[in-house]
Amino acid sequence: MKTTPLHQSHLDLSAKMGEFAGYDMPLYYDLGVLKEHEWVRDHAGLFDVSHMGQIAIKGKGMQDLLQRLTPSSFEKLGVNRTKYTVLINDQNGIIDDLMVTKAGDDDFHMVINAGCKDKDIAWIKSNLTPDHEFTYFEDWALIALQGPEAEAVMRDVLGIDLSDVPYMGLWFQDYTMFVSRLGYTGEDGFEISVPNDKAEELWTKLLSDSRVKPIGLAARDSLRLEMGYCLYGHDIDATTTPLEADLGWVMRKDAKDSLPTPTRKRVGIVLTDKGVAREGSIVKSKDGKEIGVLTSGGFSPSLKQSIGQTYLPLGYAAPETEINVDVRGRLIPAKVQSMPFLKPRTKNAGK
Amino acid sequence: MTVKFTKDHEWVKLDGEGIAVIGITEYAQHALGDLVFIELPKVGTTYSKGAHFAVVESVKTAAEVYTPVTGEVVEVNEALETDFDLLKSETDGWIAKFSMTNVDELKGLMDEAAYQDYLKTVE
Repeated sequence: MKTTPLHQSHLDLSAKMGEFAGYDMPLYYDLGVLKEHEWVRDHAGLFDVSHMGQIAIKGKGMQDLLQRLTPSSFEKLGVNRTKYTVLINDQNGIIDDLMVTKAGDDDFHMVINAGCKDKDIAWIKSNLTPDHEFTYFEDWALIALQGPEAEAVMRDVLGIDLSDVPYMGLWFQDYTMFVSRLGYTGEDGFEISVPNDKAEELWTKLLSDSRVKPIGLAARDSLRLEMGYCLYGHDIDATTTPLEADLGWVMRKDAKDSLPTPTRKRVGIVLTDKGVAREGSIVKSKDGKEIGVLTSGGFSPSLKQSIGQTYLPLGYAAPETEINVDVRGRLIPAKVQSMPFLKPRTKNAGK
Repeated sequence: MTVKFTKDHEWVKLDGEGIAVIGITEYAQHALGDLVFIELPKVGTTYSKGAHFAVVESVKTAAEVYTPVTGEVVEVNEALETDFDLLKSETDGWIAKFSMTNVDELKGLMDEAAYQDYLKTVE
């Protein structure tokens, strides 16, 4: 199995390890999933996300290239700003979801999902012209610090003042450290990219602060689920279009117009009775018809309820629509709920 | 009172005339992590030895609880539905009580010492 440069650190912390996208990754540490989740919502959590792919494309005509690869517009994206988007194939299916950062007019950096690296890179390369230079930063690590105390920790521990960096903004130093104000938790926070040989030092430094605890992939999943974020391979994949996935907001008009009108939509659901419904549970209408399958699902530590995502025919997709979820043969009452399930607290959120 | 253990980490206590009291061990609770829901059986339902009669859900996973004896559920511990910590209690942490049809089914189970030895092999 593949490992990240922080693998030994996880073992030293007695993390429960498990396979994710071909990597041996920490699922949870000594706090346990529930408390790790709450720690991120209350303080600052440290995540090793070095399994994700960091790539860059430089060259002429980057706008055109990016508009071919994604359905988004990059015309208004400022330098040192990041945009969430998707890579789509010729059938409008989603190849991956990713973050694209504009480092310069002809220079864009991207963070792609671990499990999609090979196919993304192959797809992107097949779309490049000789004018483009492609780089895969295989020897760079990615560490996320997420939570309301993240900014203060960055200031006190690393001496970096990020108070002026907006949400989706980039700060960097001497090309040895790139800090983006974004994440996968709905909290304020940062993703920090450093060369592999600097990762352990940074990890240990940040963990030395009492406001910081290491957080595993299990809590990362429940945190993102509360925000209604997609997990590639579960909530979105090559069989879903961005419109079906309710990601129309990342699309430019011409791309939107070229897609078929969806007949189903990704929605959030919440169980209105006791129980936990997980990925794979069948969603049924009140008159017993199978109308969907949970693509994600689990207990929300913040809401103390079971929440999930599914694709439902448009007739059932309106918020408050009452449905049932079949959990081991027991029909649990549930309803469609608009996402995010919890208000994001990212920098500038709600402004 | 003798306590017996299963390889699936249930414990069983004999309570008076042919009544088996069943719960899950500390090991099982630790492996599951933070509990969020318990699906209890209905009183009056009959289960065969080896059947699952309850489900314990944690943040991480759902675990079925199996009965090591054949019998009818005569009582369930409804207090667990609101207080998962109760599972840890040696006296109040039981899940259900079964009226056994064959007391001999208990014979194949492990005693405390054998279970502790067994735990060393699964860790």
